Order: sequence, then structure tokens, then C-alpha cells
Amino acid sequence: MNIVVCVKQVPDTWAEKRLSDQDKTVDRNGVDGVMNELDEYAVEEALRIKEAQGDGEVTVLTMGPDKSVETIRKALSMGADKAVHLVDAGLHGSDALATSYALAKALGTIEHDLVILGVESTDARMSVLPAMLAERLGASQLTFARKVEVGSGTVKIERQTDTGYDVVEASTPAVVSVVEKINEPRYPSFKGIMAAKKKPLTTLSLSDAGIEADKVGMAGSGTEVAEFAPRPPKQAGQIVKDEGDGGSKLAEFLASQKFI
Amino acid sequence: MAEVLVLVEHVDGAPKKVTYELLTLARSLGEPSAVFIGNGFDNAKDKLAEYGARKIYVAADAELDGFLVAPKAEVLAQIVSSSSPAAVLIPSTPEGKEIAGRLAVKTESGVITDAVGVDDGFVAKQSIFGGAINVSSKVSKGTPIITVRPNSTAPEAAPAQPTEEQVSATISDAAKGAKILDRVTEKKGGRPELTEAAIVVSGGRGLGEGKNFELIEKLADTLGAAVGASRAATDAGWYPHTNQVGQTGKTVSPQLYMAIGISGAIQHRAGMQTSKTIIAVNKDPEAPIFELVDFGIVGDLFNVVPQLTEEIEKRK
Repeated sequence: MNIVVCVKQVPDTWAEKRLSDQDKTVDRNGVDGVMNELDEYAVEEALRIKEAQGDGEVTVLTMGPDKSVETIRKALSMGADKAVHLVDAGLHGSDALATSYALAKALGTIEHDLVILGVESTDARMSVLPAMLAERLGASQLTFARKVEVGSGTVKIERQTDTGYDVVEASTPAVVSVVEKINEPRYPSFKGIMAAKKKPLTTLSLSDAGIEADKVGMAGSGTEVAEFAPRPPKQAGQIVKDEGDGGSKLAEFLASQKFI
Repeated sequence: MAEVLVLVEHVDGAPKKVTYELLTLARSLGEPSAVFIGNGFDNAKDKLAEYGARKIYVAADAELDGFLVAPKAEVLAQIVSSSSPAAVLIPSTPEGKEIAGRLAVKTESGVITDAVGVDDGFVAKQSIFGGAINVSSKVSKGTPIITVRPNSTAPEAAPAQPTEEQVSATISDAAKGAKILDRVTEKKGGRPELTEAAIVVSGGRGLGEGKNFELIEKLADTLGAAVGASRAATDAGWYPHTNQVGQTGKTVSPQLYMAIGISGAIQHRAGMQTSKTIIAVNKDPEAPIFELVDFGIVGDLFNVVPQLTEEIEKRK
């Protein structure tokens, strides 16, 4: 079974994120880029499926600026076999509609039975891309998986819901998105890091992937940011030291606000 | 007035509160039409009228409930193409967002998720990066498809006499790829869902061990609140991961958020910063959570929380 894992480089989970004043996109300058934390679970899941099946290849695909190659290296160090980097200035500013189109085109250049992604990125946090990719590829959608079981030509997942889970099954090809804690992502070993340097990395431009330039980037997107501003600072609240009556004081506050 | 479609979120026909919020919001933007997909419409009919739906599209087909997401997006796309609405509003739930995404691809439209408000001209207000930045966005291509977070609008009744239109959806084979074999309920009922609750009480590292979450649950139950947890607490295995509030967990925006024994690292703030009223109990006066609070107690949660729970019980 051949698997493609889509990963995204995002500003460090713990860093303060900003929008660029120039073009209102996520400011990636001056912030450390890391692999989207939820994508680490996707890479791990792909590797586990490959190891259990004993055949097939895991290809890591990313779309992003030159710097994203760091995230590709990490996935290769973890054990992915090869990588495809969709990189083109024309992609800058792509929204979900444009990104799903571009990624679907890039996926068209890689032989695969399964596409695996993290359930969302920690910067945009839309969690729509896996469903949009399934729609574009005509593949089955198996999203929000907390467990993945691969059979011969079929995949069964437990889809996390608010009240429990749904058991969902589909034939391949399928697009799977995984939730945090589905597994424990491995750390790249020294050997893995060294081996990653020799693994094949293909770079795709818009034309390489057959992407129409007017369907991506800011102009090809379906949404635009009109304006943005930092959230106004909150008025300082009342902070009280507990002198043995902290609970009662809190109850008084709740009553004054009509919560009780 | 322009037609604004509202996708009804329901359980066996009983609409969820977010549906009434969206109908209320849609009334301020145009003429609301509810789209009901699935079984149990009889349970929804009067409620949708009460909250001002002028028209209701009903698509009831056994097949719609048996497969994941895709059939619902297909039905919605058929309605969009025949009625050419000014916009489509969808509850910002995991499934709602996925329906919105697929609908966007089908109709070549822009999609905006997690709006906390929608103004004239379908300008969506979002609060991004964990509430640090407020953004106004617009859809510039196709039909605006906007998912709106629960608790964004106060629902107000405005009774109407809706017309009904039965939609006979043709579900393609492609949309029947992911078959739902079973739906399993793990959590016992009783507490509201985290993302929909008006009050959320969350516990963190300060609880020291898993069994102390009893304190949080007791307090939550006296308030009819949902229970949340910080990442430190879920990583330690003290509380289920599905209750995690934060950047890699759920985003909540309740009327009242209580952070108990939670320091307020960016990871956590990202999931609760937009709550209307915030309360914290923490023994560390320097804890960053106190920068966000309306009311905070510096003290030992093991003294403060039981006293608070008791006091609330007394006042009931």
C-alpha cells in the first residue's frame, strides 16, 4: 500500500503568531517553523501502516516556501521513503480552496492508495482540507480518525465524535485525517537523520504539477482578509487573595454576574 | 430580501441550539431558509418556524445518514445550485466544517470557518491565533460559505410560517464511499458538550492527580457546566483527551469559563481566550491566566473550590 502524508510547516506551536502587515498572510519571518504538531501523528500512522503491511512506500508531500524543506527532512528522518515539495512563488497566499486544488494536483503526480493528514494545522485551524481533498480526488473521506485499521483494499477507522466514535469503512483510495494521541510519534534517530539526507526529494513548480496559475495564490483564492487588528487588551480583572473566604467571594461574583 | 441558507444541526430531528443562533443571525442578513437533512423532521418543524425560518428545505433519505459527510454536501450543493442563495451559514462543528469545505469545492466558492459574527455584506468576523487577533474576511468567489461558532449569537424567537420544499436528492456513488458501520456513545449523558456549553469548568496541573478531577466535576454539575482540561492534565492521563481545551484541542467560547489550577500557557489560552467572562483559581499570583480574568482568586484550589461548590448549592 502506497501512502502519501501531507505535512505543513507552521509557526512554532508555542510562539506568538502574527499576520503580515503587507499582505495579511501568516507572518513566517522571524518565527521558528516546525512541522504542524498534528501532522507528526499522520507521519507516524503512515509508517506504522507500512511496517505492518511490509510493503509500499511512504511519500511526504508539502506545499510551502523553500524553508518548508526543514519539515520534509523531519518526516524523512522519522522514516518516510521520499518527498515531494510543491514550491512556487505563485502559491503564496492560497486559501483552503486554492490549497486543496494545488495539493490535489500534486497528489495526481504520486501513485497512492491512501492520503494521511493531521486533522488540522495549528495556525489556520480550519480542519477542512482533508474533506476538500477527498472531494477533489473523488476518494473516500475517513476523517477525525483516532484508530486506523487497514485491510486488503479497505480501511476502517474510528471517527472521533463529541459523544464517542463512529466506525467508518471505505475502499481505497481514501483520505484519512488523524487526531492527536492516535499514536506516539517517534523521534528521529541519528541513523534516520543521516539517512534522510540521501532520500529522494522532488521539487514541483506550478507547471510541473499542471496547476493553473490563476487558480492559486491570493488572486486564485475564494476569500480575502479585509482587515485585522490585535484584540483590544482586556480590562484588568479583580484579583483577590484567598483569606479563607475565596470560595464565597467567587460565589458572590458569580451571583453579581447572574450566573447563579 | 436575499435568501440565506442555514444548515440545521440536529440529533434525530431535535435541532441543536446553534441552529437557532444561526437562524437569528441569518435574519439580520436576509431571509432565512433552513435546510434539514436526515430523519426526524417532525421534531424540528415547529422549532424552525419559531426561530424565523421563512422556508424549509427537507431532504429525508435513509441513505443520507449511512455515509460520512459527502452525501450531505451533495444535497446542499443541489439546493445552492437551484436556489442561488446569497450565502450559506453552517454550524462550525467538525462535521459542519467538512460539509462546508466540500460544498466550497463543488460550487467553486470561498469558505470561511469559525466566524464569531457575520456583518452586512457577509463580512465574517473571526478571532484567530487563539483570540490574539480579530479579522474581518469576505468571500470573493462564488457563494459565501461561512461556518459560525456556537455561542456567537444569542438566539431570539421570531415566529414565522415557513413554506416547505421536499428535496429529492440524488446521491452519487462517489458520495457513498465512506460507510458508517456503527455509532458508539462512550460518554454518559448529563453534562453539556464542551463546545456548546454556556459554562465550562476546566482543571489543570494544579489538581495534582487524576482523581481530584472529582472537584471539577462536582463544581461543573452544580452549574450545569461542561468539564474541560488543560493539555498538562490530559497528557498526564488525568482526564480524557477529548476534553482538552487549547491549541491542539477544542476551542470554546462560553459565557463563563473557569480555569482551576491552570497556569494559562499560550497552548491553553488559544482555546478559551474569547470566553465572555473568565475566572481563575491558582496559587501562583504570577500565573499568566490572571492577565485574562474578570475575577481571580490567588489561593489553594483545594480550599477554594469545595467552598465555592457548597456556596453555590446553598444559593440554589
